[in-house]
Amino acid sequence: MIRLEGLTKRYGKFTAVNGIDLHVPRGELFGFLGPNGAGKTTTLRMIAGIMRPTDGKVILGGFNVLENPMEAKAKLGFIPDRPFVYEKLTGAEFLRFVAGLYHQEGDIIERRIDETLEFFELTLWKDELVESYSHGMRQKLIISSALIHRPEVIVVDEPMVGLDPKAARLLKEIFREFVDRGGTVLMSTHTLEVAEAMCDRIGIIQGGNIVACGTMDELRAQNQSGDSSLEALFLKLTGGAAVRELASVLGD
Amino acid sequence: MVKSSSLFFLVTPKWRTALSRIRSNQKGRGGRALLLGSVGLVFWALVFGVLFRVLRYFRGVEEIGPLLASKLLGLLLLSFLSILLLSNVITALSSFFLAKDLDLLASSPVDWLHYYLAKLGETTVHSSWMVALMAVPIFAAYGIVYEGGLLFILYVPFILAPLLIIPAVIGSAVTLTLVNVFPARRTRDILSIITIAAAGILVMMFRIVRPEQFARPEGFQSLLDFITLLRTPTSPLLPSEWATDSMMGFLLGPLDILPIVLLWSTAAGLVVIGAVLHNALYGPGFSKAQEGAEKFVKGWFWQSILQPVLKPLAVAKREFVIKDLKLFFRDATQWSQLILLGVLVIIYLFNIRALPLFRGEEVPFFLITIVSFLNLGLAGFVLAAIAARFVFPSISLEGRQMWLLRSSPLDLKALMWSKYWVGTIPLVVLALIITIFTNVLLRATPFMMAVGIVTVLLLTLAISALALGFGALFPQFDTENAAQIPTSFGGLVFMMTTVALVAGVIIIEAIPVGTYVRAAFRGEPVVFGWQMAVGFLGVIVLCGLATYLPLKIGLKRMEEFEF
Repeated sequence: MIRLEGLTKRYGKFTAVNGIDLHVPRGELFGFLGPNGAGKTTTLRMIAGIMRPTDGKVILGGFNVLENPMEAKAKLGFIPDRPFVYEKLTGAEFLRFVAGLYHQEGDIIERRIDETLEFFELTLWKDELVESYSHGMRQKLIISSALIHRPEVIVVDEPMVGLDPKAARLLKEIFREFVDRGGTVLMSTHTLEVAEAMCDRIGIIQGGNIVACGTMDELRAQNQSGDSSLEALFLKLTGGAAVRELASVLGD
Repeated sequence: MVKSSSLFFLVTPKWRTALSRIRSNQKGRGGRALLLGSVGLVFWALVFGVLFRVLRYFRGVEEIGPLLASKLLGLLLLSFLSILLLSNVITALSSFFLAKDLDLLASSPVDWLHYYLAKLGETTVHSSWMVALMAVPIFAAYGIVYEGGLLFILYVPFILAPLLIIPAVIGSAVTLTLVNVFPARRTRDILSIITIAAAGILVMMFRIVRPEQFARPEGFQSLLDFITLLRTPTSPLLPSEWATDSMMGFLLGPLDILPIVLLWSTAAGLVVIGAVLHNALYGPGFSKAQEGAEKFVKGWFWQSILQPVLKPLAVAKREFVIKDLKLFFRDATQWSQLILLGVLVIIYLFNIRALPLFRGEEVPFFLITIVSFLNLGLAGFVLAAIAARFVFPSISLEGRQMWLLRSSPLDLKALMWSKYWVGTIPLVVLALIITIFTNVLLRATPFMMAVGIVTVLLLTLAISALALGFGALFPQFDTENAAQIPTSFGGLVFMMTTVALVAGVIIIEAIPVGTYVRAAFRGEPVVFGWQMAVGFLGVIVLCGLATYLPLKIGLKRMEEFEF
């Protein structure tokens, strides 16, 4: 379970995240949408304990991230948008290291390493240094690392970037299965079709505020949008409906 | 026909970046700039002062004086040329094959010659700025002593420019050829090992040859031999020799135009050859540089040896230690620095052995004790330099992976603990080797041996903590090259603090050591009195604080890191 209470982040006079309240219960896949610079990544990084909020609370699995960081983070699997990993470790070594950070080791971890790498078709690359992995392979490795310790909550920033269609499909299945087993996923994405197809509920953030939140039907009802698509709703809510004519973008 | 971007346009992003960096440095960072500027000025003044005295002395010596001044300049310029050649080879690899702007440039309709000249310019500036700065006090001293006048100020850059261009072209061409043979990343590894090994061997050879012996006049049979030797050009085919002749010709006359023509025509000719080579080889080389260097690693050594040895540690700490060791020993740019470290230790011990203390007569006990005691200061400085290179960057190097460490339940104390001991244990071993061997070579008394060992142990613990603490206080998360991190502002502050600590320890410990020397000198029994107790306690407290506080402050700073 994820609970945000009045979550705020200010950089000087600029407010990136403005008092967000949100509750994502167990067994829910929540989609977090918003235009560039809306505050999505900042919010996710505060949830993961990488950034400190200026104000407000983050509760993960019943533990406050600021007050009980060890207990809260032990329940979390975080997947960032930029796949920075140690270049001079092999894929298997990286996963073993991450498991160690979560105080897990032994045969069970070795088995999970083999299973996860096989699942993402990385077995052949298991003993190769990460420096020779492609962007997509690194992304797969990071996703594997977020699952290696069997978290209760997954917070993921732009998971589909760099993944091939097969891996993207696999990831969708993993998240669905994870949620069906009682896990919680908070996922930020720009791929609206993915959000519409996968998410139980969707929140749209604009200028640091959640401007809409609910199931697809609830969002349509809130905005009196009939049976419009998530794309139409998104553009309406984020001011992108007045998209200029394509010709004016491509013309002189 | 597609119009290509001009050369000036291509280098615009570089100078704009440099300008905005200067501007951002000016905003609210006055103190930092002032400190760096002051240190730079002191260094300049020091180089200028020493050279000025030497040259003034040479000027006063008839016949040999000008020859000596010319030889000295030739030697300096030859060292510059060698340094430039090595640094250009490394820099060219980054600017031509690994830089982030290459994809954009390679996919744009940029004329290949403009591309080459822009990248050559970038390589020249990046690898030569330090040498160019270093040259300022040297030529200032020459200009003032030999009254070069205002025209000399314009003449120096005119002569120096081809001397910077020539190694840049050669270095770039060497790199271009190597990249066509090996993948770029493997080339970087090979180059860093070759460069460091070459530098290490050079330094060691220079020291072991003992150049001070050549200063002895009895080494030459007659003055005529000496003058003949000085008159002979050392290396008439090297550009450094042409530059020396041009400079000395200007200062002492007569001015010969030939060396100037040689310098400029060689530089121009080499640029043309370099461009032709670039046109032929850059395409395939750049393409090859994109290919990953496949490197399958089983890691059996770490798994089978280190895992059981570190078994008593908690899993997170153990994995962290193993990870740090793997990253260090798999990165040739990192471990190859150990070659220099080995050279440093050999030269250190060689210098102690070369001290003229044991030449037949009874060695004064006082002298031995003082050398043994002051050696602690030197050892402290050496340890500080090594900690600056290996321990100080360790927090900064985690920067890009901090998302993982901060989102996991890793206690930052465990991270600090691992980093501290991974850095400190090798430092302790090194400190003990230096101290014990030095004291054995000096035939120091058991008392001084004990004082040396305990003090250097305490100092090492503190120096390592200071390196880690300052590393956390002044992190360089954007720098990927570990070798650049110690030269930052934080590295400078760390070195200054450590030197102050070493000085403090020496001053406090002078009290008990003084008491011991006085008693031993008078032939009285050495009594462990209150003076000794206070002195040693002072050192323990000072080193204890210098260990505890930086770790504590560094940890607090790390908890505040945001990414």
